[in-house]
Amino acid sequence: MATIVAEASGMPVLVVEHEMPFIRKYVFSTDHKVIGIQFLFFSLFFLLIGGLLAVLIRYQLGWPGKAIPGGGVLPESMAPQGIMLPEFYNSLVTMHGTFMVFFAIMPLLVGVYANYLIPLQIGAHDMAFPKLNMASFWISVPAGLMMMASFAVEGGAAGAGWTSYAPLSARPDLSGVSLGQQMWIVSLVVLGLGSILGAVNYVTTVINNRAPGMTWFRLPLATWALFISAILILLSMPVLSAAMIMLLFDQTIGTNFFLPAEGGQPLLWQHLFWFFGHPEVYILILPAMGFVSEIIANGSRKPIFGYHSMVFALIAIAFLGFLVWGHHMFQSGMNPALGMSFMISTLVISVPSAIKVFNWMGTLWEGNIQFHTPMLFAVGFVMLFVIGGLSGVYMASTPVDIYIHDTYFIVAHIHYVLLGGSLFAIFGAIYYWFPKMFGRMINDTAGKIHFFATFILFNLTFFPMHGLGMKGMMRRIYDPAQYEHLSEIQDTNTMVSIAAIALFGTGIYFLVLFFWSLFKGKKAPANPWNATTLEWQTPSPPRHGNWSELPVVYHGPYEYSHPDMDRDWLAQNERPDIVSPAHPELTDQVLAETGASEEPSPGTHTDGAG
Amino acid sequence: MDWSLPLNASTQGEAIDNLFWLIFWITVTAFVVVEAGVLWFLWKYRGRKGRQARYTHGNATAEVIWTTIPAVVMVFLGIYSGRVWASIRSSDSYPDDALTIGVMAKQFEWIVTYPGEDRMLGNADDFTIRNRFEIPVNEPVVVMLESEDAIHSFFIPEMRVKQDAVPGMTIPIWFEAIRTGEFQIACAELCGLGHYRMRARVVVHDPTSYEAWYDERSAEAFAAEE
Repeated sequence: MATIVAEASGMPVLVVEHEMPFIRKYVFSTDHKVIGIQFLFFSLFFLLIGGLLAVLIRYQLGWPGKAIPGGGVLPESMAPQGIMLPEFYNSLVTMHGTFMVFFAIMPLLVGVYANYLIPLQIGAHDMAFPKLNMASFWISVPAGLMMMASFAVEGGAAGAGWTSYAPLSARPDLSGVSLGQQMWIVSLVVLGLGSILGAVNYVTTVINNRAPGMTWFRLPLATWALFISAILILLSMPVLSAAMIMLLFDQTIGTNFFLPAEGGQPLLWQHLFWFFGHPEVYILILPAMGFVSEIIANGSRKPIFGYHSMVFALIAIAFLGFLVWGHHMFQSGMNPALGMSFMISTLVISVPSAIKVFNWMGTLWEGNIQFHTPMLFAVGFVMLFVIGGLSGVYMASTPVDIYIHDTYFIVAHIHYVLLGGSLFAIFGAIYYWFPKMFGRMINDTAGKIHFFATFILFNLTFFPMHGLGMKGMMRRIYDPAQYEHLSEIQDTNTMVSIAAIALFGTGIYFLVLFFWSLFKGKKAPANPWNATTLEWQTPSPPRHGNWSELPVVYHGPYEYSHPDMDRDWLAQNERPDIVSPAHPELTDQVLAETGASEEPSPGTHTDGAG
Repeated sequence: MDWSLPLNASTQGEAIDNLFWLIFWITVTAFVVVEAGVLWFLWKYRGRKGRQARYTHGNATAEVIWTTIPAVVMVFLGIYSGRVWASIRSSDSYPDDALTIGVMAKQFEWIVTYPGEDRMLGNADDFTIRNRFEIPVNEPVVVMLESEDAIHSFFIPEMRVKQDAVPGMTIPIWFEAIRTGEFQIACAELCGLGHYRMRARVVVHDPTSYEAWYDERSAEAFAAEE
C-alpha cells in the first residue's frame, strides 16, 4: 500500500511545457535549475584552471628552477625557456587562490546548489526573483573572463596574494603589476555583485516560498546551510566590495586609504578584508556541511542525529564567524590585547564545529550504512574536515601562531578545510544530485575509483605540508632552497609535488567521467537513493516549474527506517496515514499541526511560513 | 624530513614549543577517537540485507556531553595560551634594560641600526648595517621593527619570532637568545618579486665576542663616515 500512495502523491500528473526558444530555455534562462547547471559548468571550468595553476606552483617547488616540460609555450614574461620567473610564481599563487575561492568552490557550493536545490527542497515553483537569478549568473561570466584575461596584460596578473595586502597591492611600483591588479579588483567587485543578487534571492525564497507544511524545522539541512550562507554573503560581501573600490582608488586616482605616506593605514585593508574573509570561510564550509548531512542521513538510512543541534550549530558558527576575523592578524601589528579576545572567540567557534562532527558520528551509529559514491565522499569529508578543524586549534593559540603563521602549516590547514572539506562535499553532492540534474546516473564503480584515488593522493599531497610548516617553510616562496633552515626539506617537496600532479590527474578523470555520464550514463529513476526530501519526489530531471501542484509537507526531512513502515524511507510529502494506517487520529493530528488539513487548490502559490 | 620543530634558540621558544606539543597531544587524541570511531561505525553498521537501522532523532545527554568536553578543553587552552601570549607580547612583558636594535625592512633587504654607547636609538652615534643582525646571547633584545614600502615579516624560525613590519608603524618585539650560533631572518609576508630571497644573517655571540664585534663595526661605520 505504501508504495502506491508514494508514487501517486509524488509525481506530477499535469505537465504543461511552455514552448520556449532555445536561447530563453538554455542560455538566458530564468529557470533556477538551468541557472544552477550553468553555474556548474562555469565553476568546473575554473576548478580546472585553478588546478592547472596549482600544478605549475608545485612544479616550481618540486623542481626549483628546472624548465617546465612543455613550458616553452609560455611567453617570455612568465617563463623564459620554460623556467618560471618569480613574478610569474607570485601571480600563480595569487590567481590559484582567487580562482579556487571565488570562481570554483564558492559558485560550486552556492551558485550551483543554492539555485538548484532551494526551490526543489522547499517545494516552490522557482526562485522568488527569477530574473535577478539569471542576472547573478550572467554577471559572473564577464567577471571570470576579465580575471582570465588579466594573465595576458602587461605586467601580468595580480601578484599580491589572494588576500592582496596593501600597500603591495595598492602600489604598482612595489608589485610590478598595475593593470592586472586593477582587473583583479574590478572582476571581484563584479562577481561580488552577482553573489549579492543571488543571496538576496535565496534568502527571500526560503522565507517566502516554502510549500504548505514546510516549517522551519522541517527544512532539509542543505537548505538551512545555504540559507545561512546567503545571509553571510549579504552581510560580508558588501564590505569586500567597498574595500576593493577603496583599493582601486588608491591604485588609480591617488587616494591614500591604505598608504601610510599620506596618513593611510595598511592594517585597515586587513581588517576590512578579513571582516569579509572569515565569514567567507564559513560561506565555503556551511553548505558543504549541509550536503554532507543530507548524504550521511541517506547513506546511514537514519534520521540525522540531533537535527536541532545541527541547525543551532550552523547559526552559532555563522554568528561567531563575524567575531573571529582578527585571528588572521595576530602577527600583523594589531594590538596584542586584541589578539587575546580574537583567540577566545576563535576557540569558542570550534565547539559548534565539533558538535556537527559528533552528530554525523551519531547518525552513522546503529545505521544500515550504504556505501554509494556520494556516501564515500561524505564520510571522506568528515574524516578530512576533522583534521582541518584540529589543525586550526594550533593557529587559534596565539603563541603557537607566532611560529606557524604564514608557513605551510597554514597551507595544509586551508587545504584540509577547503579541498578535503568543501571539495569532497561538492564531489559527494555532484554524485548525489547528478541523476536529478541530468536524468542519468554516474557509474558507481567509476565513482568509487575516483573517491579512493582522490582520498589517498589528497593526503599524500597535503598531510606532509604540516611537517613542512613545522620546519618553518614560509608560504608563497618561489625557492625554498634560499634558506638554510629549509635545506633538508627538498625531498619532501618533490614527493608532495608528484602527489599533487597525480591528484590533478584524478580531477581530469572526474571531468571525463562527468561528461561521459552526461551523455552515456544509465537513465536515472526519479529517486535513485530512496531519499526523503522533496526534490526526489519529482521526475529526473524535474520539468520547468518543478511541480504541477505544490507538495504538502507532513514530516521532517530525514524519516528513514521508521519502525512502522515496510520500507526504510518516508518522503516529506507522503501522507502520515501510510505510516500508521491503524491510527487515523495520528493523521488528523499531523494534518492539524501542518495547518494543511485542506488540500491546497492546484497551482496556488501559498506561502508556507509556519 | 623528520617531524620536528627546529632546535629552539630563545627563551620564548621553550614556552611556545611546550604549548605546541600540548596541543599536539590533545588534537592527536581527538583525531584518534573520531577517526577510529567513524571507521568502527562504518564497519560495524555496514549495510546488510534485513538490517533495521535504529530510528532515533538524537539524544540530549549525548549533545550535552559532546558540547561540554570540547568547550572545557578550549577554555583551558585559551587560559593557558593567554598566559604565554601575555608573557611574550603584553606591554609589561618587555624587559626594561634590553638592548634596543632598529630593523627597517625594505624590498628586499633588512637594514639594521645599532645604538651607540648610550644604548638609545635615534641619535648621531647610531650606526647601520645591511642584512646582518648580530646579538649577544642571554640578553633580552628589543627590535624596533619598521618597513619602508610593503608589509614584510621578520621571522627567525629558531627564535620562534615572527612579526609583520608595517609601513607607517614602529612595532617593538622582544626576545632573548639562549644559544650562540648562526641563523637567518626570513621574510614571511609576500612582499614582491624578491620576497623569496629576502633574508639576512643572524649571529648570536657570546658576550665577549659581541663586544668585540660591536666595537669593530662601530669604528668601521664612523671611519667610513669621516
